[in-house]
Amino acid sequence: MRHLLTIEGMSREELEDFLDLADEFLEVLDRPIPKVPTLRGATVATMFFEPSTRTRLSFERAARALSADVLTFAPATSSVTKGESLKDTALTLRAMGADLMVVRHSATGAAHRVAQWVDVPVVNAGDGAHQHPTQAILDSLTLRRHFGKLDGLHVGIVGDIRHSRVARSGLQAFSTLGARVTLIAPPTLLPLDMTGWPVEVAHDFDDVLADLDVVYLLRIQQERGGATGFTSLPEYVRRFGLDDARFARLRPEAVVMHPGPMNRGVEISPHVADSSRTLILDQVRNGVAARMAVLFRLLASPGEGT
Amino acid sequence: MTATSAVVMDADDVRRAIHRLAHEIIERHHGADRVVLVGIHTRGVPLAEAIAAAIGEFEGVAVPVGELDIGLYRDDLSRRRATSLARTSLPVDITDRPVVLVDDVLFTGRTIRAALDALSDLGRAERIELAVMVDRGHRQLPIRPDYVGKNIPTSLDQRVVVSVAGVDGEWGVFVRDGEEP
Repeated sequence: MRHLLTIEGMSREELEDFLDLADEFLEVLDRPIPKVPTLRGATVATMFFEPSTRTRLSFERAARALSADVLTFAPATSSVTKGESLKDTALTLRAMGADLMVVRHSATGAAHRVAQWVDVPVVNAGDGAHQHPTQAILDSLTLRRHFGKLDGLHVGIVGDIRHSRVARSGLQAFSTLGARVTLIAPPTLLPLDMTGWPVEVAHDFDDVLADLDVVYLLRIQQERGGATGFTSLPEYVRRFGLDDARFARLRPEAVVMHPGPMNRGVEISPHVADSSRTLILDQVRNGVAARMAVLFRLLASPGEGT
Repeated sequence: MTATSAVVMDADDVRRAIHRLAHEIIERHHGADRVVLVGIHTRGVPLAEAIAAAIGEFEGVAVPVGELDIGLYRDDLSRRRATSLARTSLPVDITDRPVVLVDDVLFTGRTIRAALDALSDLGRAERIELAVMVDRGHRQLPIRPDYVGKNIPTSLDQRVVVSVAGVDGEWGVFVRDGEEP
């Protein structure tokens, strides 16, 4: 594997390889000195053209735990405001010595384009509403560590599926690893075309609630127009929010996940957010190890092919 | 390439060598109460377990056995394809305890260099010693073993293979002609 651009088309073996590596990196992060010299001398550039704190910090933490150096590109303080293009930014960072580029952009396909322009591995850290592969890997890791395996799990992804790259990459990873995925949303928050998606669809949260092992909540993406998918926020909360009453009806072993940042009182009640059955902080912790696995695989052992 | 294979140690030879290594470790440490054995993946781990079992038999103490994967500490990652990582785990804190690293074959010394780096990130051992089943020479670093099952002079185009009971079938040491695959 040369780049990590999408979960689509990835085999179960490739996904499990990342999860197996990440398991070992979690052990590294638990050590008194949570750092290994593996990528000493390599430089990882993070290019985030969209605001993001946790994903960028997680990648940078992962790079530093492997002893790589980090080049941080922040558009707010950069020449993007002077009109520099994505291509020129990528070529500039490459010329400065970046050995791998982590790209987030609001346009679908941005990371693919960067991968055509530079001769180093590119990791897609989110392109528009398209893909967010490392989120899918860390979520799969979180589920595998909690349940032992994903085979047979029933995962309900709830909310603004239409604008969610987390949902697109997540559902592909979960189903490749053997889980059953149900998308739970009003028709207005579902993609227009879901041909070939390995999912079931439910428009009524309460219909499937008691059958779920995992409730994966999404944020309403107001910046991508998600708030136009329903009449009012209270209406959304009433129909699709995980409130205390719905939480009480979940199976006792069911867990709650959220990619963050979460809106307490909207898709998740404050009580649920703080419950011991939410894996939200596990997701954050596992994210660092998952990204270490990706950086390691792409920089230390590229292997053959693309 | 047609590889010829010569048996240098059979199962009984290896078993006797394991017993001798165990006795040498006990002797040097005046018992084995504080010693920690750490096997290097893959074949150092069952070897360390076998030595620990022998020490337990002779001294009646349970010696903790850790396992170490040095994949993240290699100095040649850019030159070879890293495969998957194996588990690294120490059953006890090694700080202020004597550690005996265990590996099957000592060759260039680069694996041991990586293992020393890895161990020092995991704690500050009182001292670190090295036990190997075979020392085949050709060191590229100033590293020497403290306990040796057998010295086997080899040429660079030969391979030394230690087969391990439980992993490969029976204990044994073989020398094969032909390059490393």
